[in-house]
Amino acid sequence: MTQGPATPAAPAHATVAITVNGRLHHRTVEPRTTLVDFLRETLGLTGSHVGCEHDVCGACAVLLDGDPVRACCIFAVQADGMSVTTVEGLAPERGEFSALQDAFCEAHALQCGYCTPGMLIACHDLLARNPNPDEEAIREAIGGNLCRCTGYQQIVDAVELAAAGKVAVHG
Amino acid sequence: MADAPRDPAYVAFRYVGRKHRAVEHRRFVTGQGRYAADIQPLGLLHVAVVASPHASARILSIDTSAALAVPGVQAVLTGEEMNPNLEPMLPGVDAPKVKRYPLAQGVVRYAGEWVVAVVAETRAIAEDVSELVEIEYEQLPHVMDPERAIEPGAPLVHPAHGSNVIFRRVFTWGPVAQDCAAADHQLSYRVRWGRSSTVPMETFVVTCDWNDATGPLDVWASIQMPKYPDLLARCLRPSGNAVRVHFDVDVGGSYGVKRGLKHSILVGYLARMLGRPVRFLEDRIENMRGGDMQGPDRIFDVTLAFDTDSTVRSMRMRAVDDIGAYSGRAPLQLGKPVGAVVGPYRIKSVEYDAVSVMTNKTPQEAVRGFGQSPTNYALETRMDRVARFLGLDRVELRRRNMIRKHEFPYLIPSGTTYDSGDYEAVLDKALAAAGHQDLLRERDALRRKGMLAGIGISTCLEPSGGNSAFEPLFNPKNLTTTWMDSCLVRVDLNGAITAIMATSTSDQAHETLVSTCVGEVLHRDPDSIRVIHADSLGALPSNSLVGSRMAIMLGGAAAGAARKLRDKLIRIVAHNMEVPEDSIEWEGGDAVLRDDPTRRLGRDLLVEIAHRRYHQMPEGMEPGLQEKFVWEVPTGGMMPTADSKVQMYPCYSFESHVVLASIDPETARSP
Ligand code: FES
Ligand code: FES
Repeated sequence: MTQGPATPAAPAHATVAITVNGRLHHRTVEPRTTLVDFLRETLGLTGSHVGCEHDVCGACAVLLDGDPVRACCIFAVQADGMSVTTVEGLAPERGEFSALQDAFCEAHALQCGYCTPGMLIACHDLLARNPNPDEEAIREAIGGNLCRCTGYQQIVDAVELAAAGKVAVHG
Repeated sequence: MADAPRDPAYVAFRYVGRKHRAVEHRRFVTGQGRYAADIQPLGLLHVAVVASPHASARILSIDTSAALAVPGVQAVLTGEEMNPNLEPMLPGVDAPKVKRYPLAQGVVRYAGEWVVAVVAETRAIAEDVSELVEIEYEQLPHVMDPERAIEPGAPLVHPAHGSNVIFRRVFTWGPVAQDCAAADHQLSYRVRWGRSSTVPMETFVVTCDWNDATGPLDVWASIQMPKYPDLLARCLRPSGNAVRVHFDVDVGGSYGVKRGLKHSILVGYLARMLGRPVRFLEDRIENMRGGDMQGPDRIFDVTLAFDTDSTVRSMRMRAVDDIGAYSGRAPLQLGKPVGAVVGPYRIKSVEYDAVSVMTNKTPQEAVRGFGQSPTNYALETRMDRVARFLGLDRVELRRRNMIRKHEFPYLIPSGTTYDSGDYEAVLDKALAAAGHQDLLRERDALRRKGMLAGIGISTCLEPSGGNSAFEPLFNPKNLTTTWMDSCLVRVDLNGAITAIMATSTSDQAHETLVSTCVGEVLHRDPDSIRVIHADSLGALPSNSLVGSRMAIMLGGAAAGAARKLRDKLIRIVAHNMEVPEDSIEWEGGDAVLRDDPTRRLGRDLLVEIAHRRYHQMPEGMEPGLQEKFVWEVPTGGMMPTADSKVQMYPCYSFESHVVLASIDPETARSP
């Protein structure tokens, strides 16, 4: 006979204060709520995607106090008091694109767009650290992000385009 | 330096064929896409499924009491309870006893088959509670090998069907026996195509909402499936107009596999049962285990008849396809290759023995290429064998057998005419791009290092413009000869254009396709044209994106509707200027008289007449500016001939691949 787990008790709740894209949010969450579920389901910021929920695909990537992390592998409570940037927060102004977003459009660095938020976060982080990456550095930076549509080449092209400042930023 | 003169076909267009940003990209790079999982109605309930750990077993008992006792649980559903209220999902071939329901009932037929569905207020609770469901099984004999499955005495996956063979047909196109007898040599060999899966980044997700007062079951799904709304309605048993599928949903990658009919039936059933919105969002385990994304699994036995001068005369091909435990459209994946059964080569006669077999594996579903890729692989492997036998360079052997550029349109033995091609040119380009000579050296260096290394060369066709002509070929009761697509274009009172398509954009920028074609015909900037998706109750008939068809079919439908609209405008102009219709030209949105360009009727006034001034419209014309066009696949519309020949698909694009692959023999990994 198989032994199931004990009946789950009503989960305890915790209060968090997390700044997302410059706005502070106070919320009550279950401690087991992942950061990506918190962003998507609690705050309704559905730009960050979920592909695997175990640190393989990178679709859920966000910046946490400026560093890229996998939001599926962090609990919301761990981000308490911290600052999160999601894909929704990458553009300088509403209705505009960052140079990188613009380059993604220009170079067709996406098809279905599902991996795109994570790709943008990874590449944004790369360009912040290294404004002139070579192809190897770009491929290294997106090495932890899976894309099933593009074959990656156009993503590399887009980052090169953004780094070279060759796209006119238009919203 | 002046640009080289452009081809007239290029010059003839202003938007088609030009580099242009996809309108869809704007929402995707800013995190504003609208994927099915982003749609979260208030009060949403969540599903988790309990799957069978056995490949073949009888279900002795299911105890849901512990699960039901947990706070937050809304329902625990078994096949016993649900299935009698449903119509089964039926196969694409004539095998009505091979029934399938979302949840198993009585027996399970593959490991991963869903047995129980749990619904709870959060996905976390549903997942926790799914572990409290107690299911007792008694294992039954199983069969995993398709060749063993066709032997007498093998365990039957569906005893009611009486056999594990769900489809078999031997096609003979041309004088195979004579051609083989007349050939200098015959060579037989076996090719194995292992199962592959196309795994999109987004798992399958469906959300349904039911309203007791007004009825329609609202469905938001990550879907790419022809006839999905109709099939869903039929299985759920309300009338067709009681299911409304919303197509304004972005799909996070599909590659053919976003079918999810069983998911949708289950969730639709639960939404009606509970009167609440319900969602099933597969996690990656659910997706990989039983989420309908595994492709063909084939054994080919091929005999080739050829001459010493390397002319390949005839081919016998037997393809045994293991479709797993249930059948959707999987057997038809042996059908699409009929339309390119000789690939790019001149082979005068073919015998094709297509055998579709059920085993206790995960069911095979429609996967990108729809069965063509395994056949391509068998064809190209064959060319390598013949080259080796004759001691001839394999590129040279391919060249000698390729259909030549001047031979198009080219009729292949199975009745399909290839529209056009230049296979040698594309092979040459691929060899040059890959650096074939360098690749050979690289291969040899890898081999010296102890790696297994080899180069594969393949020139293959991509049958495009899917017309589903394999349906009547593989099922005599199926008389499908149309596989239409459609579009509606309207101009509003302010002169803005909106085009309405009948499916989702399904990850392939179809909004951009439609706006480009409409803009081209009506001389308007595509970015000024809005493209929206009708829901299934408001939509014109359509078959969604399968068989590389949308540029041809949706593009054709959009252009067709725009042309009708343009013609209507010209009639209004002719009527008002009192000139013949053929004396008018359409220029930059305005109508001008060809012989006297000073006489023109501006776009704004035209729109005004059509929307407000009935007295200025030609007699009998409908007011307003809207036209629909439902387009049948070019070359479609015909039943197979008595000798089983058929025109499969209208267009045959082509490509060459040159691949160096290496494997570490110790670890079996590709470095
Ligand atoms: S969803 Fe987080 S890494 Fe895949
Ligand atoms: S664009 Fe589809 S997964 Fe990357």
